[in-house]
Amino acid sequence: MPEMNATATTLPPISLWRRGKNAVVTGAAVGAVIVVLAPLVAIFGYLVYKGIGSINWAFLTQIPAGPGESGGGMANAIAGSCLILAIGSVMGVPIGIGAGIYLAEYGRNRFGDVIRFTADVLNGVPSIVVGIVAYAIVVVTQGHFSALAGGCALAIMMIPTITRTTEEMLLLVPNVVREAAYGLGVSRWRTTLSITLRTATSGVITGVMLAFARVAGETAPLLFTTLGNQYWNWKLNEPTAALSLQVFSYAISPYEEWHRQAWAGALILIVLIVAAVCAVRIAASRGTLKGAN
Amino acid sequence: MGVGIQVEKLNAYFGKTQALHDINITMAANQCTAVIGPSGCGKSTFVRCLNRMHETVPDARATGRVRIGELDVYNGTSAVAIRRRIGMVFQKPNPFPTMSIYDNVAAGLKLNGFHERKKLDEIVERSLQLSALWNEVKDHLKKKSGASLSGGQQQRLCIARALAVQPEVLLMDEPCSALDPISTGKIEELIFQLKERFTIVIVTHNMQQASRVAEFTGFFLLGELIEFDKTTKIFTTPSDKRTEDYITGRFG
Repeated sequence: MPEMNATATTLPPISLWRRGKNAVVTGAAVGAVIVVLAPLVAIFGYLVYKGIGSINWAFLTQIPAGPGESGGGMANAIAGSCLILAIGSVMGVPIGIGAGIYLAEYGRNRFGDVIRFTADVLNGVPSIVVGIVAYAIVVVTQGHFSALAGGCALAIMMIPTITRTTEEMLLLVPNVVREAAYGLGVSRWRTTLSITLRTATSGVITGVMLAFARVAGETAPLLFTTLGNQYWNWKLNEPTAALSLQVFSYAISPYEEWHRQAWAGALILIVLIVAAVCAVRIAASRGTLKGAN
Repeated sequence: MGVGIQVEKLNAYFGKTQALHDINITMAANQCTAVIGPSGCGKSTFVRCLNRMHETVPDARATGRVRIGELDVYNGTSAVAIRRRIGMVFQKPNPFPTMSIYDNVAAGLKLNGFHERKKLDEIVERSLQLSALWNEVKDHLKKKSGASLSGGQQQRLCIARALAVQPEVLLMDEPCSALDPISTGKIEELIFQLKERFTIVIVTHNMQQASRVAEFTGFFLLGELIEFDKTTKIFTTPSDKRTEDYITGRFG
């Protein structure tokens, strides 16, 4: 066995050149973070600046006023957005997670590769195209625009993101954890649901929230699926207002008042998305144990 | 109570590579059998064939006959049912990371549909006491994650988890290789006590450990069982030259 030399070699002190390099690279990394954060802060700041003035009780509780009239609000659009997103999530999340489970636990074959490829392509399909598909499948067959059709379009957009992140997160769970469950005589499907998926929960939730946040602000897939509505509607089968649609139609309108309301609507939309993501995060972390990883 | 194990003509494969060749071995009930041999000789594959964990690896398969007590492992029983009766402790401690200490121990029962709270409490306490971990964890059973424990504690947690389903045989695949000498000592003491209730098969790289804990020892080389005998015989007067070379450190 080779023995360690007892007399340690003295290393030269760290040179000015190396310390300089260290400072430059650290500075570059900090700079990159600032570049990433700046647009976010700028967008949010500008939205607050332009929109906060128009947010009041009426804006949050009333339906839109007629053209040229002042006042009115976007309450029906806020509710409509929540409704459409709920429909999209109810359809998209289980299918996405289910497909992700299949890919990670059973999909090491040709069929799995086909699904993976399909999901990646679907991820790149422009949202307006997804809207057309939902229009052709749901709106045309039903004969009218509806929240359901919009929900379908959003679900189609959520599924590939959720599927791929769920797969990645499940594959990160070490195989020894699965083996531990098999060794206890736990069946494969039970292991997948109660052990593997549970171990990967926080990652899977991140994927779901990513997909949710991505579709929450979508306008294009809703244009000819939910259509928009100037009045209250709670029926899944009727045209429904949505914040993004309302912002769009107000922003291209000729009225100053509507422009201001469009800014306020955009601000509310962002706040709602952030609030939803935070709420899910907090709810998910409440059950976490000390020292769990 | 533990039961005996009979293995006849066991062959195991990974794809086209044969990992075990015609293994025949009989292990007595309530004894500890050590399996030794150089890396890659098939020790782990051998114990993983006993509870059909071998076949969870893609492309792996095994042929031959394994009887554990009255149970014919490769004939007529599902792998899941067999693993409920044969506990396993792995090389690296592998507690379920998102579960509390309590849930880790109760996992085998809960996931198999057993939910009586009172009975579970009892079994969890008894299993943790058996694995000599109770005193260290009893105050935060449901508050701390299994992953928050030290390596040695995690391994004893995994032993408790295996004991909770009340198996008849306990397979240990190098249970101490990731542990320090103190934790190793605790687990060896544990093996002594567990022998009264279970039949134990332990894979080990540490020959001193084999001689300390096991009544019988099997020496594996290149997928074959070279010699199987009383531990004292193996380590003092082995009948095969290759065994002697290995235990005297001439190779491996």
